[in-house]
This record gives sequence, structure tokens and C-alpha cells, in this order.
Amino acid sequence: MRAIETKQISLDVGMFQLKDVNISIPAGKITAIVGPNGSGKSTLLKVLTRLVRPDHGEVYILDRLSRSFTSLEFARTVSMLTQSKSALPDLTVRELITFGRSPHKRMFVRMNEEDEEAVEWAMQATGTKRLEHRMFHTLSGGEQQKARIAMALAQKTGIILLDEPTTFLDIAHQLDVMEMLQKINLEYRMTIVMVLHDLQQAAHYCHYLLAMKNGKLVTSGEPRHVIHADFLKQVYQINARVSFEDEYPIIIPMKTLPH
Amino acid sequence: MNVHQRSRRRKAAFILTPILLLFIVFYGLSYGSVPISFQQIWAVFTSADSQPVNEKIIMNLRLPRVLIGLLVGACLAAAGALLQGVMKNPLADPGIIGVSAGGGLAAITAMILFPQLSYLLPMLAFLGAFITALVIYLLAWDKGASPLKIILAGVAINALLGAVTNGIMVIYSDRVQAVLPWLAGGLSGRSWYHLGFMAPYALIGLALTVFAVKPANLLLLGDDSAKLLGQKVELQRFLLIVLSALLAGTAVSVAGLIGFVGLVVPHAFRLLIGDDYRFLLPLSILGGAALVVLADTIARTWFDPIELPVGILLAALGAPFFLYLLKKRRLM
Repeated sequence: MRAIETKQISLDVGMFQLKDVNISIPAGKITAIVGPNGSGKSTLLKVLTRLVRPDHGEVYILDRLSRSFTSLEFARTVSMLTQSKSALPDLTVRELITFGRSPHKRMFVRMNEEDEEAVEWAMQATGTKRLEHRMFHTLSGGEQQKARIAMALAQKTGIILLDEPTTFLDIAHQLDVMEMLQKINLEYRMTIVMVLHDLQQAAHYCHYLLAMKNGKLVTSGEPRHVIHADFLKQVYQINARVSFEDEYPIIIPMKTLPH
Repeated sequence: MNVHQRSRRRKAAFILTPILLLFIVFYGLSYGSVPISFQQIWAVFTSADSQPVNEKIIMNLRLPRVLIGLLVGACLAAAGALLQGVMKNPLADPGIIGVSAGGGLAAITAMILFPQLSYLLPMLAFLGAFITALVIYLLAWDKGASPLKIILAGVAINALLGAVTNGIMVIYSDRVQAVLPWLAGGLSGRSWYHLGFMAPYALIGLALTVFAVKPANLLLLGDDSAKLLGQKVELQRFLLIVLSALLAGTAVSVAGLIGFVGLVVPHAFRLLIGDDYRFLLPLSILGGAALVVLADTIARTWFDPIELPVGILLAALGAPFFLYLLKKRRLM
């Protein structure tokens, strides 16, 4: 079963481009999208979540044409953690997470039991329950990221996309967030798709990997089989040594190659 | 501000603001060249042997003026609170960014050129305010509307509209007399007639703010987040602009150009109780009503024998507050 599939996606937004991108993301798995800066990873994620409309091509979510969903239907099917660092209003963690229920609510309908359960579940899954009455802006970077992920989880979608969920975190919090996502994938069979910069983490935590370069899909497959020295040469234009230590790839960058 | 402080402040604000409003209404009815005591005011309303003079003063002069003040203040504060959310700019105020000036220009044009249309004033002011808000928003738009751009575009539009307004007044200087009391931005001489033509628009506009709470709150999260939560952001923003213009235009049509209420009141409550529109909107409406009636009563009594237009007093109060906000947000 395919969670997400694209057919010939093209988009030209000046700096970033997508050219005839055909991808297929397996359901119930963790998929990483990697590639150099400006390769179109984030743009692709925005196309998949309908934040940006492609010039050509179609996106299919669970084998259904993505643009045939209503706005609310779509938000009940796909959620996303954006990269934005924009300041949020004065909110408690619980209030923020409760916003994740909006796609399930009509205008004046109050929170029902199902909503409360979803919020509780999202807090349990992300370990943010103990923070529920803290003000969001008083949290540390890692805690904020978890609270934002909890909001996306509260939408109760089967598919969640994350744009660089670990970029601004220290190494311990990075692992913390990755382990949390791994657990969510295992326990609830959620399809997780994330843009990552750290190839070692991508290989360690993800079942599937897509590599982008210059707006094109370069290669895809299981990280173990994809990440090797030639791959790094081709995608990142660096010389590197790659070895494996119990499933965990060790990538030692050596030198950049001339373009 | 932690969560306990916030909930205490919200409770206090919801109890104290209505009480304050009530006192201010009585103050507005009671003060003037002929002071009327609270008991006498009470007597007028319960018509238990009140003096006819008092009854005339209250019913013909002070009551309609206080009621108009309430509605004008409520509309301006609600319009300000909504514009701040829609434009993602805490400094948006219908008076500063030219939305009121747009309504004012439309109203002045109508009053001078088509005086027979005066019953349509709120509608025309609404259209003027709406078109202005839309133009500012489109001018400032570039993959999102930046706060600074909105202020800059708004100030420029404000100046332009002011110039056109002045031009019309110079060209038709023979007819300006009829417009002057309106232009100064005040409630002097406003009566039941004025209340009658503005109240329906004001009450409809204020009632509609109930529908604005949820979209305004979701917009606080940012456009992308709101879209990902299934919101039709562009449509909602457009409708919120229409509503703000209706509110601002209604206030302008009867009271002229009164600035800063839409800035000062929502902002004071933001500092006090946070950005959540479930609390911010109703409190701003009450607070705006209280501020305008209070300022108008002061403006017409403290400077006796001169009656100061309330717009001047509010500008004198609001301008320093605006500067303070610019400093605090490091925009200056």
C-alpha cells in the first residue's frame, strides 16, 4: 500500500524547483527525504501537504487524488510539522495541542470525549503530558518541538510529514525526538515522512530513503542499500568513507569535489 | 505570565470591565453643564416623579450620545483587534493604517456631493473602508504580509486619502460648513437620528464577531499551520477584513475620524490576558465602549466652556501609546 504517490510533479518557484518528480512512499513506514540545501526537499513536502500547488503533475494520498479532498478531509488525513520558527501566541501546551482537533470540529461544537482522548493520546505519545499547563514559550527547544509534534498527532491522521524536526536541537534532543517518532511509528503504524540532514540518523531510524538533487529525485530505496560512497559523491559531491557498525552507518566525510 | 496568573487576570477582567463600563455610562449621563445625580437619572428611567428638565437633558441629549459612544467605541476596538490578527501586526488600527480614512473619504464625498444620500452613510463608509483595507493588504503582500510593510503602505495610503479629502474640502469650500462637526471626529450634537442609522450596522457587525473568534485564533498560529489544520486561510482573511471594514466604517460614518481606540484597547487587553480571541474580542468591545464614553464625557466637560472633540483627546492619549509600542517592538 502506498501512503503517498506523485506523478510527474513539476514546480518552478524561482530559487527552488521540482522537475518531473515521481515518488512513492510506503504506508506504515518511516521515510527520510535527504539532499543538499536547495534541492527541493521542503518544497516537495509543501506540495505533498497542499501548501503549494504544483505547476504540473498530481499527488495521490492513499491512492486518492490529493486535490479531490476537501480542506478538512485533507487535514484529517495528512498532518505536518512545519519548519517555521514563527512566534506563537501565549498558549499553554495543552491549548496548542488542542488546536490539532480543529479539522474534526465544526465552528461552535465543544470538545467531546473523542477530542479529549486524542489530545491525551498525543501528549502521552510525545511525553508532553507533564508540560500540559506550561506556557509554550517557556519550554526548551526540544520540548517545544515535541509539543508541536503532539499538535500534529492530535489531528489523528495516518500520515505525518516533518520538515527537519531535529535541526535546531542538540544531539541528545535529536535522538530523543527520533526515538519518539520511531515509537509512534511502531506502536500506531503511522506513516512518517521527514526531511533530514543527518544521513546517519536517516539510515538508522528510517526504513526508506529518497534523495533529491536540483529538484529531481536521484535515488530511492532502503538506506543500507542506498548510502554508499558513490551516493555521497553523486548527491553531495563529497568524497567520503562509509562503513556499517551493526546497522548503523558511519559516514566519514573526506573532501569536497570540484563541481 | 504563567497559566495561573493568566486565568486570574481573565476572571478579573471579565468582572471588572463590565462594572467599569456601567460606572462610566452613569458618569456620562450625569456630568455636563447641568449635573444630574445618580438618583435623578434613576428616576428618569423608572419615571418615578422625575423633573421634566432632567428628563429632557437625559433623553434628548445625553442618552443618545452615550449610546452612540458605546457603539462607536465597541466597533472601533473590535475592528482594531481583528485587523491586528488579520494583518499579523499588533500596530494595526483602522485610524493609523488608513482604513478609517477610506471610510471618511467616502462619507465626506457623499455628504458634500450627494447630501440626499445621508441615510446611506454607514454603507458608503463601509465600502470606502473595505476597499482601503484590501488595497493596503495587497500592496503589502509578497508571499505573506510583513508587519512593517503593512504599516508603511497604510501610512502612505492614509496620507493620500487625507490629501484627497482636503482637496474636496477646498474645492467645495462653500459646502464644508455642514461637514465640519463630523470631520473633527466627535460625538457633539449626535442624536437619536444618528443612532438610528448607525445602530443596525454596528449591532450586526458586533454580532458577527462571534464567527471571527475561531479563524482569528487559528491565524495566530501562522498561515501554513492554519492551512494544515484544514482552514481556508485566504477566504477567512478576506471575510475578516470585510468585517473589520464594516465595523470601522460604521463608527466613522457617525463619529468621523476617531483614531487609536482600535489600537489602545485591544493592546491593553493583550498585555493583560493574552492573544486568545475568545477573551480578547468581548473584552475589547466592552473596553472600547467604556473608553469612548469616558473620553467623550471628559472632552465635553473638563474644558468648559469649550467642548473638545473626543477624537482630539483620544489622539492625545493614543499617540504616545503608539510610540511606546513601536519602541517596545523595536520597530523604531
